[in-house]
Amino acid sequence: MDNLIFHSALFGFIISIAAYEIGMLIKKKFKLAIFNPLLIAIFLIILFLLFFNVRYDEYNRGAKYLSYLLTPATICLAIPLYEQLDYLKKNAKAIIVGISSGVFASMTSILVLSVIFHFNHQEYVTLLPKSITTAIGIGVSEELGGIVTITVAVIIITGVLGNIIAEKVCHTFKIIEPVAKGVAIGSSAHAIGTAKAMEMGKVEAAISSLSIVVAGIITVFAVSIYANFM
Amino acid sequence: MRLLEQFGIILTLTLIVEIIRAVVPLPIPASVYGLILMLVLLKTKIIPLASVKHAGKILLETMPLMFIPAAVGLLNSWTVVKTIVLPLLVVVAISTVTVMVISGRVTQMVIHIDQRRGDAK
Repeated sequence: MDNLIFHSALFGFIISIAAYEIGMLIKKKFKLAIFNPLLIAIFLIILFLLFFNVRYDEYNRGAKYLSYLLTPATICLAIPLYEQLDYLKKNAKAIIVGISSGVFASMTSILVLSVIFHFNHQEYVTLLPKSITTAIGIGVSEELGGIVTITVAVIIITGVLGNIIAEKVCHTFKIIEPVAKGVAIGSSAHAIGTAKAMEMGKVEAAISSLSIVVAGIITVFAVSIYANFM
Repeated sequence: MRLLEQFGIILTLTLIVEIIRAVVPLPIPASVYGLILMLVLLKTKIIPLASVKHAGKILLETMPLMFIPAAVGLLNSWTVVKTIVLPLLVVVAISTVTVMVISGRVTQMVIHIDQRRGDAK
């Protein structure tokens, strides 16, 4: 019976959806950023697989079909970007300069910290895409020879942390302009952070979500330089 | 446009950019080529927004689910992660705050400079 269930290609697929639904329920009930549905789902599935002694590749036999959808879904990020193109045009200089400085700050801080902690090249490139959307980050990590699973985990933790600290950081460092808040959140904490920007206001939300895409694209080019530094 | 046709357009684009990625010797993921191509096609109205919007919305809404399998792979790389988990968290914390502060402050600075220039005129 166990074999019948765990060997079915549907098993990994269904348990992923179920775990995510449970995550959504918990998030709805507690409304705290730390209860991120994705974080909960990953945690639950790992516990489940360990408890029932199911190997990752058995799980992934079904779950991989979800991963296949990631490239087409990422391409569709162009749709909201297209719809917000006016926002981008209106504040083009500030947004582009702001995001580029953010990408530069991200890569440089990771480089410096990687040297301090004696990370090897693979660990370093695994971390480089940590502030961008998972969709593009997975591709970047793969292309650079990073450990993709760690990249994903780090990206999600970054997003959750960014979501939690966004208001405090903006307040402490006197980031008041809604456009600047949007750029700060979108380029540091991607989609999970943007959920917080949506609570702040319409401009913050629009700028934050377009920053995700722009930061992702700039990062793709920046990493090809930074990857050579260590 | 029917949902199936919308998915057809998006998947065809995916196939095209997978080929581009395989041919071009740069470390750029297929999804980024696709994102830029889609944006150009929408902007030039070669693909009208209405012909991908509905399917795109469905894909974007379910996107978090698509990250799960890769993240669960931590199960396999745990032996590696275990040894660096603390430094990893330190890097995440420091660099996230750094990026947020610098990108926000720089954006705000550029806005204010532009405003002052506007006032001076």
